Amino acid sequence: MYGGGYIHDDQKKKTDSIAEDPALLAEFEARIARGEKIEPRDWMPTEYRRQLIRMIEQHAHSEIIGALPEGTWITRAPGFRRKLALMAKVQDEVGHAQLLYSAAETLGKSREDMINDLINGKSKYSNVFNYPSKTWADVAVIGFLIDAAAIVNQVANSKGSYGPYCRALERICYEESFHLKQGHSIFVYLATGTPTQRAMVQDALNRWWQPIMHFFGPSDKMSQHTETLMRWKVKMASNDDMRQQFLNMYVPKIREVGITIPDPNLHKNPETNMWEFTEPDWNEFYEVIKGNGPCNAERLAVRRAAEDNGAWVRDALRKADQQYVTPLA
Amino acid sequence: MKIKSLDPRVSRLELDVVDKQPDAVLHVQDHWETYQVFHQRKRGEKHSSVGIVHAPSAEMALVFAKEQYGRRGETVNMWIVNTRDVLAMDYDDYDVFATTPDKMYRDPAGYKVNDKIAEFKKSNLHV
Ligand SMILES: [Fe+2]
Ligand SMILES: [Fe+2]
Repeated sequence: MYGGGYIHDDQKKKTDSIAEDPALLAEFEARIARGEKIEPRDWMPTEYRRQLIRMIEQHAHSEIIGALPEGTWITRAPGFRRKLALMAKVQDEVGHAQLLYSAAETLGKSREDMINDLINGKSKYSNVFNYPSKTWADVAVIGFLIDAAAIVNQVANSKGSYGPYCRALERICYEESFHLKQGHSIFVYLATGTPTQRAMVQDALNRWWQPIMHFFGPSDKMSQHTETLMRWKVKMASNDDMRQQFLNMYVPKIREVGITIPDPNLHKNPETNMWEFTEPDWNEFYEVIKGNGPCNAERLAVRRAAEDNGAWVRDALRKADQQYVTPLA
Repeated sequence: MKIKSLDPRVSRLELDVVDKQPDAVLHVQDHWETYQVFHQRKRGEKHSSVGIVHAPSAEMALVFAKEQYGRRGETVNMWIVNTRDVLAMDYDDYDVFATTPDKMYRDPAGYKVNDKIAEFKKSNLHV
């Protein structure tokens, strides 16, 4: 789904000071300015490579962890059609993780290292997946609104400068549009259903609204840092712009079926044409990133168990003469 | 402390909380090698490179590729190539092709004789 706008970075200072060859850097920046893509074995600034690995890797982790809160509902889906759709969606998310890990691998970090860093907490994933999915209506809200938010982010990123990431996102965005449609379908069926069903979807939205407002990350008044990333077409849109775009597209779709957004201050200012809203609790946001959300421990434990339980199969299949090389594209 | 989940199937696993600095779960090459996947959509079209899969053998790579790159739309065929066996050109060497578009002598548009013919027809050499 789900590279949120917010990408965690606690090592920023380490590479900020690296001096790059000015001629190579100028050539690199000119290529991006011309709208050409950067390919895996091109020269690139250390900071560009580091930022991309970090971003694509966190995006990949979000896909694979994002499969968990929805996957838990497959066995309890109401009806065969819904079950088939949810299985297809969850499989897509795991497939997205594979595509994204591959794109990050072309930059020189192995998939094993990325998964280790996910499990040991060094590398983050989208905060939304550290919340529980309590009812079937949560599947509606996740599939509809979190996938929608992810699409806003991913469509922007697919126009970025790194070839393999763009190619992966092209395939991913196509599949995401099915996720959104099936989520919207469940959402509409519940919202136009019995009073119990309506109450269920309202309750789910009440619980998910804050994590959704967190999704794109805190307001990013253009810092020096963001400017470089935008010039390099690593970051393609500001967190605020993406959040505004999301609200523009989806607030009407929530309201048209009579569901209330749990923020009395949410409205579009007719003068600025911008959405105004209650700031979500950013303390909670940072606490969840640190690992203190309701489901962080469960997500990592389940991920770890999956790798541990698969170890004997992987060992049994491994050929003695295998030799890993960095994928080409 | 054991993980308590809303999902009873997860609780039944009695998973431990992952400690802050666990030993590496995965080691170098635990996820095998990579294979490049080539996908053909329709008979008569060409196979094109769509991405990679990690696999322990070409046969398994094909199984994974069918799942990863064939689960939507049309597919009639796939090829698998071990990434190790691909010899790729360096992007820096692109300049050997820089003048290729200028080689008009290789291009049908490089041969224009209508002016000559018209001139000839007007001349007294034309009987
Ligand atoms: Fe998705
Ligand atoms: Fe996805």
